Amino acid sequence: MKISLNHKEIDITGASTLADLLAAHALDGPGYAVAVGGKVVPRSERATFVLTEGMEIIVIKAVCGG
Amino acid sequence: MDTLQIGNRTFTSRLFVGTGKFESNALMEKAIKASGTEMVTLAMKRVDLDTPADDDMLHHVVAEGIQLLPNTSGVRNAAEAVLAAQLARDAFGTDFIKLEIHPDPKYLFPDPVETLKATEELAKLGFTVLPYIQADPVLCKRLEEVGTAAVMPLAAPIGTNLGLVTREMLEIIIDESRVPVVVDAGLGAPSHAAEAMELGADAVLVNTAIAVAGDPVAMARAFRLGVEAGRMAYLAGLGGVSRSAQASSPLTSFLD
Repeated sequence: MKISLNHKEIDITGASTLADLLAAHALDGPGYAVAVGGKVVPRSERATFVLTEGMEIIVIKAVCGG
Repeated sequence: MDTLQIGNRTFTSRLFVGTGKFESNALMEKAIKASGTEMVTLAMKRVDLDTPADDDMLHHVVAEGIQLLPNTSGVRNAAEAVLAAQLARDAFGTDFIKLEIHPDPKYLFPDPVETLKATEELAKLGFTVLPYIQADPVLCKRLEEVGTAAVMPLAAPIGTNLGLVTREMLEIIIDESRVPVVVDAGLGAPSHAAEAMELGADAVLVNTAIAVAGDPVAMARAFRLGVEAGRMAYLAGLGGVSRSAQASSPLTSFLD
């Protein structure tokens, strides 16, 4: 199954939920947030959020700025 | 005690500090401490999957008594700003959002139409919105009407260190505002910050002037003192201004 993670196409084999995917890429720490298809998926819902073919996932993190 | 209330938070420091442009996160952390600030901004960006994780800036800013103020820098319109704010809320666990929508890359001037739209929507979603805006008194009133928590008019374009270029408009905004006025952008020296506070601004936000100073930690302390002095002078009540001399010594002839 292919999904897009930060505009990069990724082939998923093991991961089935959003939480699995983020853990596999070390993107689940504090200060990270995720949107799927332009909508935020809160931290509390990631473990039950099932990935499907073609999903567009964006992950952001904190950086310095004024 | 002289405090500032924004949203559900009470601040004793009236100096807000930005985290951009520091040489290192360690230096930034020291400057934040020296500034005595209780509100620190940060930005967000899409994670680059091909670049190894760097020194996480969050470790350097999360501290007891510090309110994080994530910004929406990089968004181009209200819809993107709302998504950015929702991401920030989930990432940092705060409703505070510094709304900045400045698509123009040369002057980074904030778009007033998109900013007003986004403020209205974010206020409805329960955010504590601090919008970065032009020093426009009418826009400030419109933002008040749609539920902004504060207004952040610019003194001068971001990063210019020019000081209070918009002074006349800031005075009107301060006179008329019913929400806190935080002067943001362009303050290049502690004297600029003091001047803004003397005018009656509720707080100032400083980033570049501290970050690019020869000694950012000492400059952070200097800004802290400047803000405190300006606030103290405002509360003390400044004397009136006159074009002609007003004698402060007796004018009777000395030897008579």
